Amino acid sequence: MYAFNYVSPKTVRQAASALAKAADDGKLLAGGQTLLPTMKQRLASPGVLIDLAKVDGLSGIELKGRSLVIGAMTKHADVATSEVVKQAIPGLAALAGEIGDPAVRNRGTIGGSIANNDPAADYPAAALALNATIVTNKRKIPADQFFTGLFETALEPGEIVVKVSFPIPSRAAYAKFRNPASRYAMVGVFVAKRGGDVRVTVTGAGASGVFRAPALEEALKKRFSPKSLEGVTVPATGLNGDIHASADYRAHLIVVMAKRAVAAAIAK
Amino acid sequence: MTATEIGAPVRRKEDFRFITGKGQYTDDINRPGQSYAYFVRSPHAHATIKSIDATAARAVPGVLAVLTGDDLAADKVGGLICGWMIHNKDGSPMKAGAHPALAQGKVRYVGDHVAVVVAEDYATARDAAEKVVVDYGVLPAVVDMNEAVTGKTVIHDVAPDNRVYDWSLGDKAATDAAFAKAKHVTKLHIVNNRLVPNAMEPRAAVGDYDSGTEQFTLYTTSQNPHVARLVLSAFIGIAPEHKLRVIAPDVGGGFGSKIFIYAEETVCVWAAKKVGRPVKWTADRTEAFLSDAHGRDHVTDAELAMDEKGRILALRVKTKANLGAYLSTFSSSVPTYLYAPLLSGQYDIPAIYCEVDGIYTTTAPVDAYRGAGRPEATFVVERIVEVAARELGQDPTAFRRRNFVRKFPHQTPVIMMYDAGDYSASLDKALEMADYRNFGKRKRESARKGKLRGIGFSAYIEACGIAPSAAVGSLGAGVGLWESAEIRVNPVGTVEVLTGSHSHGQGHETTFAQLVSARLGVPIDQVSVVHGDTDKVQFGMGTYGSRSGAVGMSAISKALDKVVAKGKKVAAYVLEASADDIEFKDGRFQVAGTDKSLAFGEVALQAYIAHKFSGQELEPGLKEGAFYDPTNFTFPAGVHICELEIDPETGVTTIERWTAVDDFGHVINPMIVEGQVHGGIAQGVGQALLEGARYDANGQLVTASYMDYAMPRADDLPSFQVGTTVTPCPSNPLGIKGCGEAGAIAAPPAVINAITDALGHEDIAMPATPQAVWKACQKAARKMAAE
Repeated sequence: MYAFNYVSPKTVRQAASALAKAADDGKLLAGGQTLLPTMKQRLASPGVLIDLAKVDGLSGIELKGRSLVIGAMTKHADVATSEVVKQAIPGLAALAGEIGDPAVRNRGTIGGSIANNDPAADYPAAALALNATIVTNKRKIPADQFFTGLFETALEPGEIVVKVSFPIPSRAAYAKFRNPASRYAMVGVFVAKRGGDVRVTVTGAGASGVFRAPALEEALKKRFSPKSLEGVTVPATGLNGDIHASADYRAHLIVVMAKRAVAAAIAK
Repeated sequence: MTATEIGAPVRRKEDFRFITGKGQYTDDINRPGQSYAYFVRSPHAHATIKSIDATAARAVPGVLAVLTGDDLAADKVGGLICGWMIHNKDGSPMKAGAHPALAQGKVRYVGDHVAVVVAEDYATARDAAEKVVVDYGVLPAVVDMNEAVTGKTVIHDVAPDNRVYDWSLGDKAATDAAFAKAKHVTKLHIVNNRLVPNAMEPRAAVGDYDSGTEQFTLYTTSQNPHVARLVLSAFIGIAPEHKLRVIAPDVGGGFGSKIFIYAEETVCVWAAKKVGRPVKWTADRTEAFLSDAHGRDHVTDAELAMDEKGRILALRVKTKANLGAYLSTFSSSVPTYLYAPLLSGQYDIPAIYCEVDGIYTTTAPVDAYRGAGRPEATFVVERIVEVAARELGQDPTAFRRRNFVRKFPHQTPVIMMYDAGDYSASLDKALEMADYRNFGKRKRESARKGKLRGIGFSAYIEACGIAPSAAVGSLGAGVGLWESAEIRVNPVGTVEVLTGSHSHGQGHETTFAQLVSARLGVPIDQVSVVHGDTDKVQFGMGTYGSRSGAVGMSAISKALDKVVAKGKKVAAYVLEASADDIEFKDGRFQVAGTDKSLAFGEVALQAYIAHKFSGQELEPGLKEGAFYDPTNFTFPAGVHICELEIDPETGVTTIERWTAVDDFGHVINPMIVEGQVHGGIAQGVGQALLEGARYDANGQLVTASYMDYAMPRADDLPSFQVGTTVTPCPSNPLGIKGCGEAGAIAAPPAVINAITDALGHEDIAMPATPQAVWKACQKAARKMAAE
């Protein structure tokens, strides 16, 4: 780890101003589950770490009308065990309970996960499938416009994720196939049904991060059942290939995981 | 409190210290004035070093020194050695290239040591290391063994075709003749995947030098501190043995990787004098992946010849062994004498011929890793036996049974003389425990759920306790493989056991104390075990090859015999009887046929106060030592059965049942032994399903972190059903065979045999990852469709 300066703002406004002051050299620290290991490996070397831990009002879970709103600094473990989340979107609680390991879940945050947009992270799949709105200190960004590429988001310099608002679906579930080594999602599929709309999103597999799978969505709109996905295929183009899984294998697993997610969504 | 018996499942004495964070590992040791080393490592697999410019690094405040291979050469520090000479088929010696602790002119793998920066603190050393400018002339990497032997790119000038040796064992003519008359021949191509050892504690060293006494001290993560001292002294030339103390304190796992004498500890102890300050180095996990000696990495073609009834006539094996970029300490022996002599397995095979080519590549050195040669041999034998049974349409257990060795001692055609065993007994018990009878029913139940169920067997044998010194010497070992022990009885009857074995997770502090407690009748808490310090223990050969029980404890047993004999003499004076009439039982010395007796502690006190005898008649004190050299290897053997289920949709393999029946001879502490079996199976399952070190064509280690190198986790494993059979080992006084490596040796073929049973074809390599199994399922489906 290289030397860096550390600031601990108390409000979002102070955090934003520290971030602006640091210009390109500043980095927000949420749960630190990606950033700190990366810094230890000397692969990241921010000059200023702006720790969000003491910023008021960034954590918490509440129902607002027909939406579930989760503060950016809410830890995965809190989402996983929240009765509110389990009632409103059980598939989201289950997803949070399968992120990393207990240590990660008790430090890592939803805001950090979404803002980092790791191509193998779980939350982006949920945010995109549930058509969430990412609320920042400046504006509201629909998930459709938020995830723009590998580790890339629509966030502008100085912009801080404050909370994420999830419209409550009628059915939703996540099925993850873990990388045997890292146990990150090698293929993670989130399915969500709200009214006549069905969304199927895929994480872990895409060369440019999370994406929607239109062929699966169309098939499930006809009938929301694993059987609807029999014989449906996903093209391997644009998918990652590595020592753990070729693009073809990932393409195959997307359909398998989608079926399992649908089965889980129906069972709930 | 009373004595602890042999065979009691005593809880480990050392665990309190370990699980409460009170262990003292090398990195916990800090010497006054300590500085820190960081190594500049090669980013290239193969390159010449044109120049090294350390000006900027030396200018960093806090940097004490930047040292390179030139400095080592100037100080006449010798290179790292390989301690086992292998001879080629034509009798000429193997071709070993020089292995300087810091590169001299050339680097040969990614992670090779180029320079060391010593600074006031770790961060400064690491920052400054980034400022060392090395001008490399990049050469082609050589990763593939077939490409290496073309000699297009030469790694060491001494070996122009990159072949370290071409070696053979067995009778070629007899084997070829047996094949000529065979009714059936089974052929198998086998890749034994390369593994990274991954001890929980990474390697570390603290070098210290006292200019007043000219005494060096090296604290390091070693499985055999005396061997480290011997090599550092006699071969590398750091200091004469009496001026070099090596301490291996608590060590957090080794699995073989901490046997070897590496560049880093050599440099730390040398640099301590050079810099005039203690020098500490602790590997981070990336350094461990890059520079710990890796394991396995064989490519083998095997053929098994049988008669019309399925009796094995002969085995012919041709193996290419990747030895990496340099010969590590014992690397040459692993694919030769620790491998081919085990190719007879549990079977009566009249003729065996094995050829092994040891090959240099631009990858990390490869050396012994839990099992060391024996897992590779067992994988060959147990895979080809299973395939042969399938080809002949015979039940694999019946096929094995037909070919088992039944009479002991049994001389194999490949050196080994099996001394004792009952292979059918282990198989019977394992089949019963595994409920083999109802496997078909379980397979049908799995099929109803859309799953493929398979069962696989592994009737392994290994040679442990290595071994008689004269025997290994005749095979090329540079050292003897005896063990030493000293029993120091204190005046109040407490006992210190000094052993040349080293505990790095095995539980010696408990097991060894248990033996002493049982033999002397003193409570186990009054026995302490001292190891890992060359100033405390006179000499020892260390712990590897499952030898601490069979050899280390036999030395203790021999020393205990001497303590008891001396005690009888002391008791005779005190009790005014003849020493011949004194019996020692249950911790008391008693005059036979009388009620006159003394407790062990009373005799100890009498030995030290020496009031009842004159020093001319009997030396005071109660301290005895012994060196024990075994008469043979030991031969643990057993049967492991793996039953698993494959999800053909994803390729995920789930182990449903694991049965292990092992014959370890007599067992001192069954709980510790069972733990060793569990750990060994976990590592074996890791090799079979998860682990595999992969280099790309440029010689970069692709699997250099846990993001890409898959270690087994608890949820990859089932609950193990573990049983034992016992045929005492006749080659040592305790009847012990050794248990440390059995699981890692037995497990991989059991898993792959089960997977291939489920698939219905043999085309799967380790690690059988979900992707590999899924692909193999596609092939099985095509095969079924075609039928």
